[in-house]
Amino acid sequence: MLWEEEVPGGAHWSAVIRRGVVLRLQALGDDANVAALFYSREQPLERYNMADTLKAQHIAHLTTGCVCYSDMGRILCSITADTCGWHDPLCGLTDAAQIAARYGATRFQEERNERYVSGRDAMLVELGKYGLSERDLVANINFFSKVVVDDAGAMHLVAEHSKAGQFIDLRFEMDTIVALHTGPHPLATTNRYAPAAIRLQARRGSSPAADDPCRTRCPENARGFINTERLFSA
Amino acid sequence: MSTARVIDEVVPAGEPWMGVVRRGQMLRIVDLEGNQAVDTLFYNAADTAEAYSAQNTIQAQQRIYLTTDTVLLSNRGNPMLRIEDDTCGRHDTLGGACSAESNTVRYALEKRHMHSCRDSFLLALARHGPGGLTKRDLPSNINFFMNVPVTPEGQLRFADGISAAGRHVELAALMISNCPQLNNPCNAYNPTPIRVMTWDRA
Repeated sequence: MLWEEEVPGGAHWSAVIRRGVVLRLQALGDDANVAALFYSREQPLERYNMADTLKAQHIAHLTTGCVCYSDMGRILCSITADTCGWHDPLCGLTDAAQIAARYGATRFQEERNERYVSGRDAMLVELGKYGLSERDLVANINFFSKVVVDDAGAMHLVAEHSKAGQFIDLRFEMDTIVALHTGPHPLATTNRYAPAAIRLQARRGSSPAADDPCRTRCPENARGFINTERLFSA
Repeated sequence: MSTARVIDEVVPAGEPWMGVVRRGQMLRIVDLEGNQAVDTLFYNAADTAEAYSAQNTIQAQQRIYLTTDTVLLSNRGNPMLRIEDDTCGRHDTLGGACSAESNTVRYALEKRHMHSCRDSFLLALARHGPGGLTKRDLPSNINFFMNVPVTPEGQLRFADGISAAGRHVELAALMISNCPQLNNPCNAYNPTPIRVMTWDRA
């Protein structure tokens, strides 16, 4: 273990996670939701790309064996373990108007740190710390949330999907700026604002072997690892 | 960049196109030969940091496909365009644009040098953009006339197209790239031209 840290519900967090580090996100309550974005530390113009992630792996959800692609054909991080089973890459962030309409308008002046922060505002704050702005705010992942798409294309958030204690391990394949927000999922229907806290644990991982399940999941991922390893060849 | 009030242009296969559609104007994109994905982005012409957001748009309608009555929302949550007519019936929000780099992943490392949609977008931004637009300004795009179903099991499929020659979608827009995706079965490996029209609403 390199370090661990708790992030309260409704908070935002960011850090640089180095290549080779495994970051565990563990839900400390039921119905967690963790919005996440990834950017290359070396060149933040290279960033997580929803479409490339989905179409390379023919998926509309994330779980063990899947990887998160950058827009440059490289892998920012791999999902090496997942006890939750389904994470939503489709639905995006809440904004301030949604949060106020659903949970009530709050201000720091009255509510102090109990105020409700929207997903968009949370991400803009964290991205700003790296010189990034709304132009860099691309489609995000919502870890611990399950959204099923029916045959007509309608999206359904599955209630009571994630449980306290479940975790997902992200093995970083590049030095990555990670931005997280522990706020409600945008399709959540409850009007009680009670997002779960999470625990972050960083460990040193081993480099992906030839038979690594993320690498061997599909030929696309094998090529994604080759692209990524070329960046670090010296 | 075309700034004429009324536009009627045929965009050859694989070419980018960028133009201004003013508030109140209509934009029609015609799939001239059928099943030609049209990779499309929209920016606020007065402030290009505001752009079409796939996630805001599908989140608001709780549906991944675009069709008549879909309101395209910006990254700031503002309505940018409404689809008022659609003779195709379903347009993709998730498949994004192919790129040289993603083609190395999806097909083969040596496919890097094929023409790609994201290259077309970058060229259009460099050639016609209002200035200062870069890859930073490429969010998830729409693929008009492209059929990318998601299964209830969470799989993404690139299915046979449901468009046909002459089908169109009608709305108001700023930037279009005609998808030259040669390896994609959606257009039978044969990119074809499209027609772009704008006019003042009566």
